[in-house]
Amino acid sequence: MSNPIINPKNLVYEKSSVLLDNTMHYCPGCSHGTVHRIVAEVIEEMNMQDKTIGCAPVGCAVFIYNYINVDFAECAHGRAPALATAIKRLNPDHLVFTYQGDGDLAAIGTGETIHACNRGENITIIFINNGIYGMTGGQMAPTTLVGMKSSTCPYGRDVQLNGYPLNITPLLAQLEGTCYVTRQSVHTANNVKKTKKAIRKAFENSMVGKGTSVVEVVSSCNSGWKMSPVKANTWMEENMLKAYPLGDLKDK
Amino acid sequence: MAKVKGAIEVDIERCKGCEVCISACPSNVLAMSKGVNTKGYPYSYMLNPDACIGCASCGYICPDGCIRVYKIKI
Ligand code: SF4
Ligand code: SF4
Repeated sequence: MSNPIINPKNLVYEKSSVLLDNTMHYCPGCSHGTVHRIVAEVIEEMNMQDKTIGCAPVGCAVFIYNYINVDFAECAHGRAPALATAIKRLNPDHLVFTYQGDGDLAAIGTGETIHACNRGENITIIFINNGIYGMTGGQMAPTTLVGMKSSTCPYGRDVQLNGYPLNITPLLAQLEGTCYVTRQSVHTANNVKKTKKAIRKAFENSMVGKGTSVVEVVSSCNSGWKMSPVKANTWMEENMLKAYPLGDLKDK
Repeated sequence: MAKVKGAIEVDIERCKGCEVCISACPSNVLAMSKGVNTKGYPYSYMLNPDACIGCASCGYICPDGCIRVYKIKI
């Protein structure tokens, strides 16, 4: 095991120290871990570890405060943008972001999300869209695709019965208060780099008072989708990205 | 043209055996161990270490931040 290349002077990549050594409770291959990792990297690169306050959701990422070593507020379900509003207004020199899943952001928290964006609060909303309620057992979410199976639509989402998937990010892009709205993914190394850049830009916008930035990350929930992690990434690319295409929706 | 050579270290106890690093590696360096860590997961390791180019794709994709990547010019 003595590979001469493995030497601190040759190091080109390691996880940020802002990401704690605690093992994350997420399932193997879960996109949450990847996004946590890059959020931690951006906070370290911006040298904002002592001045960042995250707003944690209800859902799988409820324990985010155990993994990213910054201050966190634990928000009632869907209320993260409202809490982030207060935190940012009281601490304008702090970097304030919410981290929310599709159930949190686009179902119970739709009102808070839309109004925080419309007011142009100087916060970043990180939106993890995996098309399902992961934590509670893979139920249908607002963003579940037409025909996609979940535990509460076992034959696939039926438009007659369940309505259409809520494509909320383009709605947020229409609001005056948002300055940067983008949709990214973390299923390839290149996409991870792009998502990291997007989060950096969003965080910087919030610190110079440009308004609300929204970074949607189209994600996989391999356990909920009942696939291996690698297969889930392929399925996501072939299905989710058709309904939720990647790219910037607004950048002003 | 300068050639590069890489190597990685996997935090075996942190690895959950998800295999996304294997699918992300452009040089087919990685494979899953036959044995398991103390949590019962097989872990990623360099099956073909000579093929590693130190591109860090595996490190960028790993959801659990298990991988350290090293690179040298040769
Ligand atoms: S650094 Fe690149 S070539 Fe080396 S194992 Fe990782 S992905 Fe493969
Ligand atoms: S991506 Fe990370 S957790 Fe998954 S198998 Fe590779 S090293 Fe292990």
